Amino acid sequence: MNFFLRMGMLLAGMLTVVIGLWVITDPEWVDLSWVMPDNVVSTFGQSLDNMWLVILWITGVVFVITEITLVVFMVKYRHKEGRKAEYIHGSNKAEVVWTTITFVIVIGIAFYSKGLWDEIRDPDRIPANAYPINMIATQFEWNATYAGADGQFDTSDDFVSRNVLHIPVAQPVVVNLIAQDVIHSFFLPEFRVKQDAVPGMITPVWFEATRTGEFTLACAELCGLGHYTMGGTVIVHSQADFQDWLESRQAEAEDD
Amino acid sequence: MSTTTATETHAGPVEHHELSFIRKYIFSTDHKMIARQFLFSALMFLLLGGLLAVMIRWQLGFPGRPLPAFIQWIFPDTMAPGGIILPEFYNSLVTMHATFMVFFALMPLMAGVFGNLLIPLQIGAEDMAFPRINMVSFWIMPVAGFIMLASFFVEGGAAGAGWTSYAPLSTSGEWTGVYMGQILWLVSLIVLGFSSILGALNYVSTVINMRAPGMTWFRIPLATWALFVTSWLLLLAIPILTGGLLLLLFDQTIGTAFFRPEGSGEPLLWQHIFWFFGHPEVYILILPAMGFVSEVIPCRSRKPIFGYHSMVIALVAIGFLGWVVWGHHMFQSGMNPLLGMTFVVTTMVIAVPSAIKTFNWMGTLWRGDIHYDTPLLHAVAFVALFIIGGLSGIFMASAPVDIYIHDTYFIVAHLHYVLVGGSLFGIFAGITFWYPKMFGRMMNEGLGKVHFALSFLFYNMAFFPMHNLGVQGMMRRIYDPNQYEYLQGLQPLNTFISISIFLFAATQIIFAFNFLWSLRYGKVSGNNPWKSNTLLWTTPSPPPHGNFPEMPTVYRGPYEYSHPDREEDYWPQDEPPATSDAGGQPAAAPTLEPIPGD
Repeated sequence: MNFFLRMGMLLAGMLTVVIGLWVITDPEWVDLSWVMPDNVVSTFGQSLDNMWLVILWITGVVFVITEITLVVFMVKYRHKEGRKAEYIHGSNKAEVVWTTITFVIVIGIAFYSKGLWDEIRDPDRIPANAYPINMIATQFEWNATYAGADGQFDTSDDFVSRNVLHIPVAQPVVVNLIAQDVIHSFFLPEFRVKQDAVPGMITPVWFEATRTGEFTLACAELCGLGHYTMGGTVIVHSQADFQDWLESRQAEAEDD
Repeated sequence: MSTTTATETHAGPVEHHELSFIRKYIFSTDHKMIARQFLFSALMFLLLGGLLAVMIRWQLGFPGRPLPAFIQWIFPDTMAPGGIILPEFYNSLVTMHATFMVFFALMPLMAGVFGNLLIPLQIGAEDMAFPRINMVSFWIMPVAGFIMLASFFVEGGAAGAGWTSYAPLSTSGEWTGVYMGQILWLVSLIVLGFSSILGALNYVSTVINMRAPGMTWFRIPLATWALFVTSWLLLLAIPILTGGLLLLLFDQTIGTAFFRPEGSGEPLLWQHIFWFFGHPEVYILILPAMGFVSEVIPCRSRKPIFGYHSMVIALVAIGFLGWVVWGHHMFQSGMNPLLGMTFVVTTMVIAVPSAIKTFNWMGTLWRGDIHYDTPLLHAVAFVALFIIGGLSGIFMASAPVDIYIHDTYFIVAHLHYVLVGGSLFGIFAGITFWYPKMFGRMMNEGLGKVHFALSFLFYNMAFFPMHNLGVQGMMRRIYDPNQYEYLQGLQPLNTFISISIFLFAATQIIFAFNFLWSLRYGKVSGNNPWKSNTLLWTTPSPPPHGNFPEMPTVYRGPYEYSHPDREEDYWPQDEPPATSDAGGQPAAAPTLEPIPGD
């Protein structure tokens, strides 16, 4: 293959990568929702999606380059009568180059991940003003438990909202996951939140909703034969509506 | 037929009596017969695991629709009344599909078949170090398989807590409705563990002690290297699983509370034990396939493997790093989040040896003389698909991204790219490549290529869109995604995937036919149909008891293809160097220095 053909193929390959990824990742051009649901409603959800896209870019470029190279090699070096393979045992230079490049990229992604992971999961960084809710998971329902008027859990005025998690908008919420029988996994797809609820442990998970509306609550860990039915709803209220809702439920709880 | 033949072997002349039918075909101590026994039984379990997958995809592709009438009658009302799969049966299907595929199909196909076949033949040994232990190692497997199969027929059905059997779901039938099935699952895997341990013990001893003269560590073919590293992983990982399974069995049966929170047990302890075994297990399922591919690609490209030493170092590095990455299965488990970064870093680092291997395979193809045979096509498909499986692993290795995609179909896509695109295509490469040595006949090339092309196509049609299901938020192990409104739009994609899986499964009929037909009618292969260098190909096909008519001596590495000074484009490891000719052939292996002291 002559030089120009080779350069042409290289350029065409790189162009395909760039245009492909541009089209995939630019919401102006195409509907992104087939790649990832674009209905993010938590404060860190967008950062998580962005990190996903960055990894898609990096792996996408590696994917396209390696697969194209593989196909080119397969075509170019296919068996032809009278041609012998070259007697090459390797190249230390090449080994050092691709080992170093791979190492730098993956370690880069690892440390790029650290910031967001700490923001979401560092127990010391749960916002101090987060509104607490105890989520008691059993086969196959989510019991969102609110502290009631006294602000204390495990008192007589606690009340439970079954399979519907009510939260205020623009206010951090910390959900303390408690499983009563087997492991469940608290999954809010639109919030990009997932955390297992393990029996014998209390696992806090925090997030902050960015807009009001109704969203999905799902169980992501196999928890028995009704696992697939263990869904629910998250209702994000405006802060005023949330106060109204709390008060009406508190009044009900006191009536009981 | 003569009743005795005398051959020279390592130990000197050995009498080989004609064996009775039972000693020859059933309770055989010959490693090649044991390899064939493993092959046939593991392929049966592969078929079973595949049929379970088809049932899973039936439910997901056509939720609530009765199974086709011609198979409805098989299932009693406790599984699929009127042909409609019940949720509890679906959980059993998911669990048993993974269990059969991982423990009864892929592991025996990798270590059982090729460990047995290749190790003695590639290093120039007459048999395994402990032939009787080898026989026991095979016969444990059908016993374990029988116990596992029996669990379908007991009250409550087969285990339904996932192949990971997370406690406390798996500790009591109270939670799943499965009592006896779960106990049988545990007992079967405890029993099966001994098969792997005994097999691995044999492989390790054989490789260390029984290499032919001149077979230095860095002249060992890469398939044997891969199986050697795998054997160490088996030897160290399986006892951990067995220990964990025993504790879980105690929780189930005699009321202990190792993993049950009542009585201060710790559910996460099970996950730590399981994945401390489970991640090395992942490499047990892929390293041998990497070894097969490392044999097929240089041989069919007629070119020395690119970077033999870095290939060996990468194998060993994966073997070591595999032990320190298990926590990446548990980012969302409630494990201390401060541990997260540790496992992010180790997991990312393990991408490096995997990348080294991939680049070296590509380097081997570069400037080669590639023959498009069925084994080569499967081997290159392995590389192409392993790239996808490896790259999708980077997403979940990043702990924050894993928050969203954990326990979704993105994981299912990833693991099937590694275990089907990787391991299974590697096994197809291995079977088609070494079939002539096992049975003395070639498999049909035309059928082989059709099988390859259709498998590759339908495989990608089935599994690539699963990435998409995952990022749309579809959970794993879910009986009917339409229960969730946000997943209802995915039904057409699910149906498409199911149809692709059915086509992929149907394509395997071609392979089965080719495999069986060629046993009888395949072209007679001769000793070395692929013009390969390893000692294995110097023996008759199939090799006789004792393998080598006389002790081979090894003069060079296994990948001396297309040497410029030679007429032939290959150079068998045991061919003595020409010392007297005027051209002055180098007397020793040209580039691979033996490492002193091994």
